[in-house]
Amino acid sequence: MGKQATRITVNGKSHARVVEARLTLADFLRHELGLTGTHLGCEHGVCGACTVLVDGHTARSCLMFAVQANGSEVTTVEGLAADGELSVLQQAFMDNHGLQCGFCTPGMLITLTELLRDNAEPSEAEVREALTGNLCRCTGYAGIVKAALDAAQRLRGGTPSQPSPASGGGR
Amino acid sequence: MGAKHFGARVKRLEDPALLSGRGRFVDDLKLPGLLHACFVRSPHAHAMVRDIDSGAATAMPGVHTVLTANDLPEPMRRMPIPMLTPNPAIATPRTQTALAGDEVCYVGQPIAVVIADSRYLAEDAAAAVVVDYDVLAAVGDCRVGIRDGAPRAHSDLASNVIARFPLAYGDVDAAFTNAAHVFEEVLWQHRGGGMALETRAVLASHDPVADTLTVWSGTQTPHLGRGTLADLLDRNLESIRMIAPDVGGGFGPKAIFYPEEAVIPATALKLGRPVKWIEDRREHFLSATQERDQYWDMAIAVDAGGKILGVRGRMLHDSGAFVPWGVIMPYIAAVTVPGPYVVPAYHLETVVVLTNKVPTTPVRGAGRPQAVFAMERLLDRVARELSLDRAEVRRRNFIQPEQMPYAVGLLFRDGKPLIYDSGDYPKGQDEALRLAGYEGFRERQRVALEQGRLIGIGIGNYVEGTGLGPFEGVTVRVLPSGKVAVATGATNQGQGTRTTLSQIVAEQVGCRIEDIVMTIGDTGAIAQGVGAFASRQAVNAGCSAQLAGEAVRKQIIALAARTLGVNEDDIDLEDGKAVATTGNKPMVPFGELARLAQGIPGVSLPAGQAAGLEHTAYYTPPQAAYCSGTHVAEVEVDHMTGGVKVLNYTVAHDSGRVINPLIVDGQVQGGVAHGIGNALLEWMQYDDNAQPLTTTFADYLLPMATDVPTCAIAHVETVNPLNPLGVKGAGEGGTIPAPAAIIAAIEDALSPFNVHFAETPLTPERIVAALRAAGAYERLFAA
Amino acid sequence: MKPAPFDYHAPRHLKEAAELLATLPNVKILAGGQSLVPMMNFRYVIVDHLVDLGHVDDLRGIAVIDGRLRIGAMMRQRDLETSPEVARHCPLLAEALRHVGHRQTRNRGTIGGSLAHADPAAELPAVCAAYDAVLHLASIRGLRSVPFREFSLGFMTTALAPDEMIAAIELPIWRSGHGHGFHEFARRHGDFALAGAAALLDIGAGNVVRGAALAVFGVAEQPVRVDAAEAALTGKAIGSTAIQNAAAAAWLVEPISDIHAGGDYRRHLAQVLSVRALTDAARRAGVDG
Ligand code: FES
Ligand code: FES
Repeated sequence: MGKQATRITVNGKSHARVVEARLTLADFLRHELGLTGTHLGCEHGVCGACTVLVDGHTARSCLMFAVQANGSEVTTVEGLAADGELSVLQQAFMDNHGLQCGFCTPGMLITLTELLRDNAEPSEAEVREALTGNLCRCTGYAGIVKAALDAAQRLRGGTPSQPSPASGGGR
Repeated sequence: MGAKHFGARVKRLEDPALLSGRGRFVDDLKLPGLLHACFVRSPHAHAMVRDIDSGAATAMPGVHTVLTANDLPEPMRRMPIPMLTPNPAIATPRTQTALAGDEVCYVGQPIAVVIADSRYLAEDAAAAVVVDYDVLAAVGDCRVGIRDGAPRAHSDLASNVIARFPLAYGDVDAAFTNAAHVFEEVLWQHRGGGMALETRAVLASHDPVADTLTVWSGTQTPHLGRGTLADLLDRNLESIRMIAPDVGGGFGPKAIFYPEEAVIPATALKLGRPVKWIEDRREHFLSATQERDQYWDMAIAVDAGGKILGVRGRMLHDSGAFVPWGVIMPYIAAVTVPGPYVVPAYHLETVVVLTNKVPTTPVRGAGRPQAVFAMERLLDRVARELSLDRAEVRRRNFIQPEQMPYAVGLLFRDGKPLIYDSGDYPKGQDEALRLAGYEGFRERQRVALEQGRLIGIGIGNYVEGTGLGPFEGVTVRVLPSGKVAVATGATNQGQGTRTTLSQIVAEQVGCRIEDIVMTIGDTGAIAQGVGAFASRQAVNAGCSAQLAGEAVRKQIIALAARTLGVNEDDIDLEDGKAVATTGNKPMVPFGELARLAQGIPGVSLPAGQAAGLEHTAYYTPPQAAYCSGTHVAEVEVDHMTGGVKVLNYTVAHDSGRVINPLIVDGQVQGGVAHGIGNALLEWMQYDDNAQPLTTTFADYLLPMATDVPTCAIAHVETVNPLNPLGVKGAGEGGTIPAPAAIIAAIEDALSPFNVHFAETPLTPERIVAALRAAGAYERLFAA
Repeated sequence: MKPAPFDYHAPRHLKEAAELLATLPNVKILAGGQSLVPMMNFRYVIVDHLVDLGHVDDLRGIAVIDGRLRIGAMMRQRDLETSPEVARHCPLLAEALRHVGHRQTRNRGTIGGSLAHADPAAELPAVCAAYDAVLHLASIRGLRSVPFREFSLGFMTTALAPDEMIAAIELPIWRSGHGHGFHEFARRHGDFALAGAAALLDIGAGNVVRGAALAVFGVAEQPVRVDAAEAALTGKAIGSTAIQNAAAAAWLVEPISDIHAGGDYRRHLAQVLSVRALTDAARRAGVDG
């Protein structure tokens, strides 16, 4: 039932495949293209681990069929680091302990890539609100929020903030 | 010596791959000829299986086979999966078989497996397997399960009570008879699942040439898993290799051995092709273990000044349909109650009850959050009734640092007397209160109230037995390339095990941290191992890394001294080189030493020279390591909706010497998030017939970024005198006292209405109901 | 959790879509997919044919026509959230959209999809109820217009015929200077509301209410207009007491109970949130309660 010719540009490279209509975009990326950085944490649109950019906008790749992305440009976590160098945001995650198991991380990075593109100077509250579409079970979000704010500052040309030796700072 | 690693905020070695999509989780692995599995699971909480018709499913396109229990090899076909921690208190030890035989005892229990070319096709066929059930009455609630005439969770059992054990010391009756005050609390506590973001996953492949069965599993305990699998397949242990590659969170439920970890290897053997099973989230809700309900009836006896004389009560634990990890979780809960306080007399009767729900095993905290909630609620009650400050009541009851080591009077679950090795509980609380601005809180509260905002503060203290044995192993080996190979049975589900162990080894051996090549969670790399649970790896694997590193360091120095013709005392190790500190400072790189240590074929080694620069250490802790801490939660409650916002959260914790503060802070913050979930959000609901009701992330609520504030964290280090690193565990402390502190804070915020709470999770609906019962809205709407 | 097989159709024109819907057996419309695809992944929904409206240009666009804001059914929620027309003419819709799911789901989710799905706790049906929206439904029989109160028939049930799709939504534009208020209570940010209230107030000289609309959602099986509250407010001077008294009528809406919340709690929230929504609306209309 339902095979369909589909052409999708992923991280700048065009891929043509004949796929079953029911194949999700996530499974297309992971299993057809071997781009396993995009993760599946729930397959019902809540956890955000599968978030990718479709034509520049974040989308849950578990809630899209690959055939829907026919003719689209998709960016995955593999497309964020240019020439093997970590992007500013990725580096900020490393510096601020923004990941533990790393399973939620690709989705977090994609969500924040969109946020920082649209909003160069987000407040902490804006970062947190943007992150509500992505669940992380490990970190308690503190390192992710810090990384996002740090990356925003670096992208604005501010000095990269060295993680402060004192932890937390809840007030 | 080179760079100082121990105690530094070393950035994680794990990160670059995970950040760029190059992680290797089980579902990322692809083997030629790979097939995919889907399980057929019971839709009933309790039923007899009369017949399974897989004819139509087997005939479907892309389907290779459909297996039921009878198709599994011996002894797996009938043999229950061995229990991890047997205990004589367990009257009827029940664990499940790999696939259910005649009877299913919870929704989600696996009955058959479909193997097909893709998961899509396997799911198509699984839907076509027809199972004929005889539905039986189910036990949906442990309080009902203990009643006379209640249905039985297993049809052949005479009682649903699987274990009943008293834990006691001191003269409790006398304490209560002579007390100035006795207060009682009835508590309900629920804890859901670990809910790691990566679901469970198994991939198995058999190499017929070497007759090796390789199993990749998203597990916390590959060595334990390999042992169990060897038993179930009746195979030589050495012919099985189990690997835990990158694992997307553990939190306890991935520490046990599951039916699927037996069935998938069995199908790979049978079909002669690699088979993969990736659990989906619905399956995770149905069949990954959880922690669930405990009901506590507790009483505390105090003197006129609020000093504890005794604590007693009864706890009912819903164990689910099987007890794969025995009764350790209720046991740990029972022994954690006294906590950091002098409790002269204690008696707790624990009753463990079978129900027709998914089995329970430890989830981050493992029964301790419940124990701490019980004790801290009692102390808050004492403070309220005696009009004392809540911090002061605790101060009056703390075990003092000079009383260390302190014997509580119970046996811990490691089989050893519960003796706190070290700790300064008063200092920990003072530190937390200072950081939280506890002094000035009443003023903040008053000002907020003037603005119409209700804020409150709460305290939770705990002591946690961590670093449980029996052992963990680390091998350190210098390679001819100059790199240092490290292998361990410890595993990594996000704790930064690789980084932490590398720090220790690099510092001992004197190499660059980047030059360490680590193999983690692979039974092929080290003979023996245990794995991750009970915040045990920093203690067990950390100390092994230290000991192995020390030994290799001595070997390197001895060989270098001989090679360079200097005294051993005159050798420094740094950046992978042995450097003489005398003469014109000759040096020799590790790689060359490694080659020398291999000797020359046919030529005897110099006297005293061991073969290779290599050592394996298995550190065996003498007992648990007791970490401790104080949490202070500050919340705002919208009394009209019942909505709660955690405004500030402060943690002072003592996990002994800290190897990497970056990582430990991350563990604490992540643990607090889990605790906030337990306190306010996470609730795995079942109906009376034990049908699960909350099987999606839209129904079972995990904390989001807007629910968890960034914690203020203070490290109060008291060195553990019992291990060479002076460390204690840190993985669970963040979770343990959070519900106690948060519920207390909510109660404090609502103090104008005088309402009280004794449950977790505390939902907005329950808050509003309590306020309504207290007449809050009549007063408000009238005003 | 992989969907069952189906055939996929991506028509480019409304007529083509209508013909597919009329002729294909066991067919469903795919709009933004943010509610449908999870149900397909769970196999709660199994279809033979899926008609993706994502490429039908006729279903997009936003325009002001005869004092009404007309929105194509396939407009993405995120497009509406950032639309200057929506902000200017129907600020209640703009405000409600911020509560709909998350950025990732709003990027894909459409207004038509949300209305057709008809979740009782969803924000967009509540906004349509408050505005007395008119829905334009298309099929091979042509176009028909249905007022929202006739469109919404009950728990996840609408007046859509099996072969019909929503083509556009028309919201009447309230007098400039009117006030709006939108409050909901959800367990977490972006979750479906346990209850919520959407309010519009047109206030004239002497703070006298010329027009009022109050819809509560998440309470009953579908969004409900609280007529008694509107009647109590209209024609009288507004103030906090008037709002409190009027909102009390929201408590009388017959509530549903489920695992997320019991009926008593839902009606309590309906009352509390109605007060808040009306208070915001009055303030925005220039009256401080
Ligand atoms: S996997 Fe797509 S949102 Fe969870
Ligand atoms: S780092 Fe593990 S889920 Fe976020």
